[in-house]
Amino acid sequence: MSFPWAKPYEPTHPLMKWMDEKLPIPRLVYNATGPGYPVPRNLNYFWNFGVLAGAALMIQIITGIVLAMHYAANASVAFNSVEHIMRDVNAGWFIRYAHMNGASMFFIVVYLHIFRGLYYGSYKAPREMVWLLGVVIFLLMMATAFMGYVLPWGQMSFWGAQVITGFFSAIPIVGEPVREWLLGGFVPDNATLNRFFSLHYLLPFVILGVIILHIWALHIPGSSNPTGIEVKDEQDTVPFHPYYTAKDGFGVGIFLLIFVALTFFSPNTLGHADNYIPANSLSTPAHIVPEWYFLPFYAILKAFTFNFLWIDAKLWGVIAMFASIALLFFLPWLDSSPIKSSNYRPLYRIFFWILVVDVLLLGWCGMQPAEQPWVILSQLGAIYYFAHFLVILPIVSRIERPLPMPNSITEAVLAKHATDTSSASATA
Amino acid sequence: MVRPLGFLVGLGFITALVLAIFTTPLSNEANVAHEFHKHPRHLKLASDGIVLPHWDKAQLQRGMQVYKEVCSACHSLHLVAFRDIADLGYTEGQIKTFAKGFQVPSVNPDTGEPATRDGLPSDYFPSPYANEVAARAANNNALPPDLSLITKAREGGKDYVYSLLTGFQNPPKNLPAELKPGTGLHYNPYFANLNLAMAPPLAPNQVTYADGTKATVDQMSKDVTAFLVWTAEPKLIKRIQVGYAVFFFLLIFTVLTYLSYRNIWADKKH
Repeated sequence: MSFPWAKPYEPTHPLMKWMDEKLPIPRLVYNATGPGYPVPRNLNYFWNFGVLAGAALMIQIITGIVLAMHYAANASVAFNSVEHIMRDVNAGWFIRYAHMNGASMFFIVVYLHIFRGLYYGSYKAPREMVWLLGVVIFLLMMATAFMGYVLPWGQMSFWGAQVITGFFSAIPIVGEPVREWLLGGFVPDNATLNRFFSLHYLLPFVILGVIILHIWALHIPGSSNPTGIEVKDEQDTVPFHPYYTAKDGFGVGIFLLIFVALTFFSPNTLGHADNYIPANSLSTPAHIVPEWYFLPFYAILKAFTFNFLWIDAKLWGVIAMFASIALLFFLPWLDSSPIKSSNYRPLYRIFFWILVVDVLLLGWCGMQPAEQPWVILSQLGAIYYFAHFLVILPIVSRIERPLPMPNSITEAVLAKHATDTSSASATA
Repeated sequence: MVRPLGFLVGLGFITALVLAIFTTPLSNEANVAHEFHKHPRHLKLASDGIVLPHWDKAQLQRGMQVYKEVCSACHSLHLVAFRDIADLGYTEGQIKTFAKGFQVPSVNPDTGEPATRDGLPSDYFPSPYANEVAARAANNNALPPDLSLITKAREGGKDYVYSLLTGFQNPPKNLPAELKPGTGLHYNPYFANLNLAMAPPLAPNQVTYADGTKATVDQMSKDVTAFLVWTAEPKLIKRIQVGYAVFFFLLIFTVLTYLSYRNIWADKKH
């Protein structure tokens, strides 16, 4: 794959030679994440998040498999089986809290990974396929997380399932039958819980498969980098191992420290008190809210309050919410600027940071009850969200005048060091 | 093709949103109950926080006494087994004796008829009512919730439980008629809709503490709340202690990974 100067795999030990002839897995690893994969030398810490997302997925799979050994997916005992894990299973409280907060950590690193891609134009040619597969992974993660949240069968599990499957009933004519088909009944019940458990166990392995494709597609052009200039020759790159295995190792350390602090010292902060009440179809919680990672999309859903063009407000909200994610599939073609990195895009950079603030604002609004000023703020936030991707970005990429760019990665690195040393000597 | 189509779709959403802004009233409906509702008062317990938290066993024992003598008349505690109270400092013999004091549902081994027998350490605290219908019938159609997880299952947690127990009072004079407590309801500004089906459960000296602590309503409320923090998460203290060990282990790991990262990159400008 990648570059002509990539270090070839040359096994010396007879066992490795034998293995290489029969099943060249060591060769694959060597070329994918070893010294055989040349990577730009100038990656910053934002390039750690792909590996961190992989680590988060592995933590979720391992803790999840152990939880499934003790959990019972039956509406009459599911809630108590989770409490059995918390109280009676050896270290069960740790496994369960790690899985619960692991989901949040997975979304935190994936959101940072996505915004890294948005800032540095990682979705642009020749890496469109990497981006498209990434959006697929994001969608699969959302489905998996939603179904996982239903499994403890608390009040928020039940009512979350009720609200989210209710989106489908907004579709004219077929909506209600589709919803009943998805739930296996008229309301979430045992059939729903069982199929969600089955799919919640399946989807992480589908995600793993798409991640393999995501990395495969990445390794064809090779990794992007903060300048957005493609690799030109050998001095622009370093071998993945040991340079980036070391840097990623440090990143994993920081990630685990935050993860551990959350899991052991404040495990319920990101959850809802209502989910410690067993599911009750006769008692609606005062305030139904999804998990924090869905809040920006939930705010977009709720922002549509007006029946416009024969489509009622609820259906507008549902269409807009799905569109807010689906538009990411078109991003490589919405942004026509050949410049990847926002470091050289003075105008786009401003809108990028407005988008960051906008998504945070939408997340905050998603948490609030349907009262003013939250309704109008989520409406303004949703306007900017769609305007950013569908109106501003295509226009900006046409009219923007990029800043002067270095000729190569190495030139950029050396220029940076020259200014660093001169400013250091000036202060000394 | 993508850009013009995207532009039209974007305009569609934006138009729908602009129309939504102009048709949504900017003022909220007044919520009268809101201004009488009070924020829970903070309760400080030995098990709080992450700086050397611990179980105050004497307090937990007093709290369990309050639960047993007062709360258990209406509220179950079905996630807690008698064996679990070893955490509170009871010996095996004391737990056996304590369990024996309860009658738990059983089956007569000769006839197969439903019966009761003395509790064993492996039994769970028995529920005061046979089922939900019986519980509602005895409580003016309100269902007393199970208390095992109550300090985790309410917004405000232990502060809320403590505030609710000590918050019963006469309704303020300016309370609108529609918010006045109806028959069988009791005014409590910490409760979501201000009127609670539970009567004030605690009165001064309702229990007699073996350790001589004065049984004021405030003291009993604190003690039983502390007990319910334990029932909600018996592994709370262990969790913090293990957390420190894991955190410091990983801190050393992270420092080592940082040093090896610096070492490997030392000769490479980046």
